Amino acid sequence: MIIGVLALQGDFREHASMVRSLGVQVRLVRLPEEADFVDGLIIPGGESTTMGKLMATYKVDRAIIDRFNAGRMAIYGTCAGMIVLARDIEGSQEQPHLGLLDVTVQRNAFGRQKESSEEDLDVEGLDTPLHALFIRAPVIIRTGPSVNILARVARGPVYVQQGRLLASSFHPELGSDTRVHEHFLRLAEQSSNQEV
Amino acid sequence: MAEIGTTKVKRGLAEMFKGGVIMDVTTVDQAKIAEEAGAVSVMALERIPADIRREGGVARAADPRLVEQIMNAVSIPVMAKVRIGHISEARILEYMGIDFIDESEVLTPADVTYHIDKWQFKIPFVCGARNLGEALRRVSEGAAMIRTKGEPGTGDVSEAVTHMRAVMNEVRKVQSMLEDELVVEAKDLGVNVELLREVRMLGRLPVVNFAAGGIATPADAALMMTLGADGVFVGSGIFKSSDPLPRARAIVAATTYWEDPKVLFEVSKGLKEGMTGIDARTLVELDKMQVRDN
Repeated sequence: MIIGVLALQGDFREHASMVRSLGVQVRLVRLPEEADFVDGLIIPGGESTTMGKLMATYKVDRAIIDRFNAGRMAIYGTCAGMIVLARDIEGSQEQPHLGLLDVTVQRNAFGRQKESSEEDLDVEGLDTPLHALFIRAPVIIRTGPSVNILARVARGPVYVQQGRLLASSFHPELGSDTRVHEHFLRLAEQSSNQEV
Repeated sequence: MAEIGTTKVKRGLAEMFKGGVIMDVTTVDQAKIAEEAGAVSVMALERIPADIRREGGVARAADPRLVEQIMNAVSIPVMAKVRIGHISEARILEYMGIDFIDESEVLTPADVTYHIDKWQFKIPFVCGARNLGEALRRVSEGAAMIRTKGEPGTGDVSEAVTHMRAVMNEVRKVQSMLEDELVVEAKDLGVNVELLREVRMLGRLPVVNFAAGGIATPADAALMMTLGADGVFVGSGIFKSSDPLPRARAIVAATTYWEDPKVLFEVSKGLKEGMTGIDARTLVELDKMQVRDN
């Protein structure tokens, strides 16, 4: 199994080293052809407008959408990655995004940086809370019928799954708790097995 | 309970800037161009370094009204500069809800001895450094991000190169040090030995490290990434050039694709004239901004 990490901008190195620490091979993805052969793709935290523009300019968006729709890979987006994955972006629909995840996200939903925070979060399927870091984080304000909410805060859902799409407002890659990544690797495993 | 303004949260925002370009802007229109070009953040200021250098006089924090207008105009994070040691300029920006504060040698220092105690703020700070000692002293004071000083407003990348190489070289040296050597090194640098141990363990600074000061072309940005920068600040280089949007876009692409000469060739060709610039070696000591603190 190979996990791609979208390396256009943001904290992709932290995702890559967390996946490697779990014994899985990583490939950094900057060009369309680099998405070939990956069973899962992580879209990191960063600036969603920057990533979206680069994805569109260098046609990485098409490669990702095609490979996902062909059932060849799972995708996990954190923070900016969640925004890029979303179908609708409140007040900013014109910014380039993939539109795969049937949700509406609100960017900077907590406010500016001074509202950025860390807190313990109860997550469906985990027996102990997850320590979550929210940095100018988005929140989901609408979820489609096939979207499963795995965790929420007062403002709304912050961790969701739709089949092999996973998205979190927070940044597990900046801590040492690997449970979210382990969950994602299981989704990617399904794509990997299917190919055989 | 959610905790705000923690070290993790402050350093975390800097992590999100990595691989990106932070652009100096002096008007709402420039801020929108920067966002359109793919900047990860904009630095709101009244005069860009090249003009501060040319016009002289005392350079202070920007009019809060201008900063506020820029904050309202873009969706990306906004930074602003304060004078070194100017606690009150920083308090105003914190109150306004700025996303990041640059305690900057580009402005005229307000305190010739002390930097701001940045631990007292909920907002993260970035500071300039020419070497590992400076960088770690700023981190000890609470900086959540470091940038090279370079020589701002010159369009000459050589000083940023010198500073980035110095930091990287000293980090490598620390990595090979024995414990007794580390203790003496900490004393020489004027930093806590714990912090130096952290550098030895990580093999890098404990915070994100950007390049700044004199970056004017896509190739300049790629060069700084090659030398180990986490991302770049472009000050005068964009809005002092003849056609800012294409140049800004090209610098964004070059910062992502710094290892890919094909992309660098594509984005570099046909850009209209860059800023004129000043050879940093012709500056007398008094005109250098990088020597204003240490």
